[in-house]
Amino acid sequence: MTGHRLFWPIAALVALLLVDLAVKPSFFSVELRDGHLYGSLVDILRLGAPLILVGIGMTLVVATRGIDLSVGSVVAISGALACLHLSGLGDQNSVGGTLVAVAMALGLCLALGAWNGFLVAVLGIQPIIATLILMVAGRGIAQLITDGQIITITSGPFRAIGSGYLLTLPLSILIALVVFVLTSVLVRRSALGLLIEAVGGNPEASRLSGLRSGRLIWLVYVFGGLCAGVAGLMISANTSGADANHAGLWIELDAILALTIGGTQLTGGRFSLGGTVIGALLIQTLTTTVYTLGIPDTATLLVKAMVVLLVCLVQSPAFRAKVRRRRKSPPPAPADRPVKVEVSA
Amino acid sequence: MTEPEAILRMTGIRKEFPGVVALDDVDFRMFPGEVHALMGENGAGKSTLIKTLTGVHGIDAGTIELGGSAVSFAGPPEAQRAGVSTVYQEVNLCPNLSVAENIFIGREPRRFGRIHWAGMRRRAEVLLGALDLRLDVSAGLGSQSIAVQQMVAIARALDVSARVLVLDEPTSSLDAGEVEQLLKVLRSLREDGMAILFVSHFIDQVFAIADRMTVLRNGKLVGEYRTSDITPVELVTRMIGKELEVLDDLEESAHDRSDLAAAPVFLQADGLSRKGAVAPFSLEIRQGEVVGLAGLLGSGRTELARLLFGADHSDSGTLTVDGAVVPMRTPRAGMDHRIAFSPEDRKTEGLVGELTVRENIVLALQAARGWSRPLSRKRQDELAARYVAALDIRPTSPETLVRNLSGGNQQKVLLARWLITEPRLLILDEPTRGIDIGAKTEIQRLVAKLSGDGMAVLFISAELEEVLRLSHRVTVLRDRKVVAQLDNESLTADEIMSIIAEGSSA
Repeated sequence: MTGHRLFWPIAALVALLLVDLAVKPSFFSVELRDGHLYGSLVDILRLGAPLILVGIGMTLVVATRGIDLSVGSVVAISGALACLHLSGLGDQNSVGGTLVAVAMALGLCLALGAWNGFLVAVLGIQPIIATLILMVAGRGIAQLITDGQIITITSGPFRAIGSGYLLTLPLSILIALVVFVLTSVLVRRSALGLLIEAVGGNPEASRLSGLRSGRLIWLVYVFGGLCAGVAGLMISANTSGADANHAGLWIELDAILALTIGGTQLTGGRFSLGGTVIGALLIQTLTTTVYTLGIPDTATLLVKAMVVLLVCLVQSPAFRAKVRRRRKSPPPAPADRPVKVEVSA
Repeated sequence: MTEPEAILRMTGIRKEFPGVVALDDVDFRMFPGEVHALMGENGAGKSTLIKTLTGVHGIDAGTIELGGSAVSFAGPPEAQRAGVSTVYQEVNLCPNLSVAENIFIGREPRRFGRIHWAGMRRRAEVLLGALDLRLDVSAGLGSQSIAVQQMVAIARALDVSARVLVLDEPTSSLDAGEVEQLLKVLRSLREDGMAILFVSHFIDQVFAIADRMTVLRNGKLVGEYRTSDITPVELVTRMIGKELEVLDDLEESAHDRSDLAAAPVFLQADGLSRKGAVAPFSLEIRQGEVVGLAGLLGSGRTELARLLFGADHSDSGTLTVDGAVVPMRTPRAGMDHRIAFSPEDRKTEGLVGELTVRENIVLALQAARGWSRPLSRKRQDELAARYVAALDIRPTSPETLVRNLSGGNQQKVLLARWLITEPRLLILDEPTRGIDIGAKTEIQRLVAKLSGDGMAVLFISAELEEVLRLSHRVTVLRDRKVVAQLDNESLTADEIMSIIAEGSSA
């Protein structure tokens, strides 16, 4: 069972939850109040939704051997543009106006994703450099949109994206779930998944097999931009405002971490959307756990880093092999010595 | 006659992979000052045996003794320190580093705690000089030919105090002159007392160099023989486990081109060229015709083929398919005209190693259909199962990762990928390189059958006998120019060799 790809991430997630349960016995309790579900577990899902979205987009990008560092900035831009439009409305509670704001924000994010895809697929710029441009410039754009201020909004319909409920569940959870299911179905039921894995696994062989890899690469960056856009709406809706400096800050790194934990390799090829979701939930649970344990704010990042390191080590076959070998000394037992794992340089 | 003490003795080696017994109770020994050939078909366990020796794989049973004491290496570096150096089939070097850096990577000569570059270059030159190779050792390795890269890999293996040198298919990418050079080096190493394990699919090379040979079949030991006690035919019979069927009948049918003159021309190139790749050439291929491309490595064979498929685009000239001029600027264009191209370098240009056999087989067909029209899983399974069976791909599970397959089986996967697209022209660039005699025969048979069914084939191979056996016509390249186009009526390898050597057309 430990051989399954997702065994270790799930085990780590369960372990963290058990720690929480030990510290706070009511941690697992979920109650229904006014037709809404409340509880720590629900909070983890709700707060983790933006990261799940960004992670899903990033997973496809990484599967093509790419990376998208700009998603954090796109998150900020998305929220900023939507809030700017809303703040100019006479009636912020108009559903039509809210829809326009959402459409504008997502349209811009699609365009930003297309820009990244253009740099990578057409101009052939290395993805890390190409998306670094928008990572840096994007925060600036977001600040220009908000004029350096934090725009606060009162729109009820818009805030629902972050804190609304539907069928007892927070809307943000449902949105993340729908995106996950749709994306999974799309890539696995169509041939997209196979083609993406082929392009990431061996670009030249894919080209010689007739794949139009340029289009495919373009597509994943556009999709990545869209996911980041939705995540940006969620975050700003949740805080009822747009903070160009802090919205989505470092979320690209969390997303990369999430997909790595979930078993997608940064070298491209095979990917696992389910793994990314587990990874994102693990990271969110970690944040929640740090608060539950009452660890002081100043130590939070350090504790997070240490847990992540631990998870990564446990997942590393090379590390596990080493531990096992040490435990089994003296070493006259080459018989079941684990197969040496290729570590790409 | 008493035999000297064996330097290496592997006894009762067993190695299992999930679902497969790769090695079953195999004994193997080597003596100093001998070249020992390890023979067997693809998948017989040759590479696995080497990998258990060098510590890439652990063993499930058995013992390995080096110089009389039991050893168990944790990996190739440890094996190398103990005196077992290996040069792998696929050159495992870093093309972005210089020649000298590649030789000394991981054990750079140091002075005052930093790398002693000048000393490193000097020693690299000395080492390569011993292999009769003179070149700028600070040049990037990627700019060298595969043959030179192979020599560099050997030089790297020789730099340590090796007692056992393992060469896995060292000659598969070398031309005749380079092979001779390599064999010369091996002879002198043998005189110095080195034990050399030599794996090659070229039977004549094995008989030219080996003193002793061990034959494996399906992971089991068939026997150990002195070269002087066995004939090539006996050897092949033991390798494949049945009498070698001679390809005579194949030859008969292949050369019967009476009906070909009437066959319509499928593809025609007029003055096609690409700067630095191949000079303007003209070529026509009829339906059902096999055109062979002969020439040395680097003579422009591959480059010519790539232009026909659209893998590269041409600078000048026109390409006509079915009588209509077509632009051929991308592989996709080639595929749209039902042309298939199986590239020379399977690993970097052909297969996606971390995908399964099934996924690799359906890749081109799926790419042609586009992402929105997926082949159903059922259809994929059917196609994969049919071609795994038809081409005898082993292991037989279509869900095996392609990178775990042997070279010959990988080649068959590549062939299957193109065959399911039902091409009208199949371009095969070195389809039999580095694969065993059994698979080679199968591929040749397949080519003859496909052409009999009306498929045009462009067949590229460094082995002239093979080109002659299959082709109706032979196009000879030299220095990136087409120098001759000959009907293969009574053509001999010697005639082609002399054209390649002198550049004169008949």
